[in-house]
Amino acid sequence: MKELKIFGIVAIFTLVLYWGVEPFAHSQMHKHVEGHGLVYDGTADIKETVKSKKAMKKAFWADVKKIASLKGNVKAGEATFAICAGCHMKGAVNMGGVTPPSLEHAGALYDKNFLIALIKDPAIGTNVDHKYPNGTMAHPMGSITTMVNKPQDIANVVAYLKAKKAGEVTPKEAFTEACGRCHANRYGHLTQLGDIPKTKSNIKTGQDIDALKYKQKVATEQAALANYLGKLPPDLSIIIRARSEHYLHTFIENPQSTLPGTAMPRTGLDKEGMEKVFAYLEKTGDPSKPLREETGPKVLLFFLIFTALAFLWKKSMWKGHH
Amino acid sequence: MAHFEKANSIGEWLDQRLAVETLKRVLQTEYWIPKNINFLWAMGMVLAATFGILLISGIFLLMYYQPNVNLAFDSVNYTIMSQVGYGWLWRHVHGVGASVVFLIIYIHMFTGIYYGSYKKGRELIWLSGMLLFVLFSAEAFSGYMLPWGQMSYWAGMVITNLFSGGSLHANGLVEWIRGDYVPGQAFLNRFFMLHVLLVPLAIIGVIVLHFGTLRIPHVNNQDGEEFDFAEAAELYKAGNVKESKVIPFSPVFLSKDVLVMGVYFLFFFYLVFYHFEFAMDPVNFDPANGLKTPTHIYPEWYFLWSYEVLRPFSTNIGLIAFATAQVIFFMLPFLDRSPNVAPASRRGAFQIWFWLMLLDILVLTFMGKLPPQGIWSTVGLVAALTFFALWIALPIITKFEKKL
Repeated sequence: MKELKIFGIVAIFTLVLYWGVEPFAHSQMHKHVEGHGLVYDGTADIKETVKSKKAMKKAFWADVKKIASLKGNVKAGEATFAICAGCHMKGAVNMGGVTPPSLEHAGALYDKNFLIALIKDPAIGTNVDHKYPNGTMAHPMGSITTMVNKPQDIANVVAYLKAKKAGEVTPKEAFTEACGRCHANRYGHLTQLGDIPKTKSNIKTGQDIDALKYKQKVATEQAALANYLGKLPPDLSIIIRARSEHYLHTFIENPQSTLPGTAMPRTGLDKEGMEKVFAYLEKTGDPSKPLREETGPKVLLFFLIFTALAFLWKKSMWKGHH
Repeated sequence: MAHFEKANSIGEWLDQRLAVETLKRVLQTEYWIPKNINFLWAMGMVLAATFGILLISGIFLLMYYQPNVNLAFDSVNYTIMSQVGYGWLWRHVHGVGASVVFLIIYIHMFTGIYYGSYKKGRELIWLSGMLLFVLFSAEAFSGYMLPWGQMSYWAGMVITNLFSGGSLHANGLVEWIRGDYVPGQAFLNRFFMLHVLLVPLAIIGVIVLHFGTLRIPHVNNQDGEEFDFAEAAELYKAGNVKESKVIPFSPVFLSKDVLVMGVYFLFFFYLVFYHFEFAMDPVNFDPANGLKTPTHIYPEWYFLWSYEVLRPFSTNIGLIAFATAQVIFFMLPFLDRSPNVAPASRRGAFQIWFWLMLLDILVLTFMGKLPPQGIWSTVGLVAALTFFALWIALPIITKFEKKL
């Protein structure tokens, strides 16, 4: 009985210690940002922006809501999409700092309201308008505001994306399309240019010229990105272990709420897109999870039996000692 | 040369050459331990087992780790975590073990303080134990440098900076320790050497010394009772195991140790599989970057109390306070002036001192991690001052302690 009392005291001190240095300390160290359930209606944008922009953003998101209520025509949207495909194409090259992403799965990955806001005004829609004091035209996608700007046209294009560009998407595709133009993932063998190609070294010299050429291409792309964004966006190989899930979730949903002033645009991922991106981040950042979950119970069972046997041994050894 | 006869068994053959029977008797079956003990007396063996786990997991990690500033991070986070079979298990075992070993060290230390197991001939047990604490701290710190993440780099920067000695501006000493102006390749290489060779060697040596210091004064018991071990041993050997106050180390004491170890391993592997994050700071999963200081730099939890003794003061006073806090526990057997070897519960004012010290260390630990702002700085300052006040009070209150 006395031993149990002592054990209780040790256990309580240990738990209080743990509480103090982990949950409590972290709750005090990091600002808590509330998520918005992946609803993109500009609430946080309006709340967090400077006073002079509040009215403008309010009107902007009201317009987005109006466009969202229009019925889009898929067929007409396909025709308008030809304008988008001029840049968003296979083999696209860096334009003004960043390579236009593939829209192959845009309908599945991104939220409808976000897509509308993005086409209506890429800078305000992605909530990085503070980076373009001279107006959205300076944004790499800024010219869209002069090409697709009628509410019905926007509704049509978004309807087209949601209907025709929404096929089954793999976690890797989700990462590549939504994050991969700016963020490398070296554990997933991805650079900002996509998969690292397989190359062969010259057997006589030991040098791999193709690999060197590829490295140079990546370095050039990274330099353009860093110039455009102010710094090279971090490699996301093990970001899943470097940041909490809640942090990543709220940061991806609205980067400005967590890091005011950041150059990271909102990516507008919907629920499915977010899940797929997380699946990929987990695959590269915590690949041992499945095996860990499989091995854990076995090891604990082993020590449970070990402890039971040790108990019996102790009992027999101490027989007659008290 | 000794005379050897033909041996009839392997045991006999070994006994002729190594005296294994004598060794077994001296180290196990007739190494006497008091019977009046609780599970806290198993912490020594639990520590030995944890050190064993750290050593074995460390050997596996050592086969794949690359001590190079360009390769270290990925050799840990990519090669070991995803390319080596069960590499992740060894790494999580090593990381969790490094943290848990300090929990057990602290339990072991405070058990010793509570039961007065550092007095009257047991001073060397305490001193060698404290030496182990310092060596384990060096081992933990040097190991923390190896993954070469943000926290490795910046903790290395902050801790080596302490050696500039505040107003002494001994920057030459700091650069000598680092082998560079900032932590770099030379720094990583030497901490790698310290972590895998010099410090573990010293630890093994001092563990042997620590065991040796136990031999003559014997292990303390729950009541601090002094009795004749030889007499009690004779009683035991004569078969009066119930009346005897001692038990042999092996197998009787060991059977209880193994039971405690079983429970401990359940806890340990639960942490390894389901709750390892506490031992692996997220900040260290960002690669080292000398141009980007993390928002919060803090040591692992087991160094927080001494870090907080440093922080609330101005540079010079803080450094003196920090240096004092590192060695003050060594002085315990000499600052405790009471002749009583007894649990704190029977020692009047010392009992209050014990719990205040434990609580103060806990408060210092909490404050050491929090950003030093507002109320937290004040609480930290008060706790740091209390820490020193308690040490100043110790010789006085124990001097006036009534002899039991």
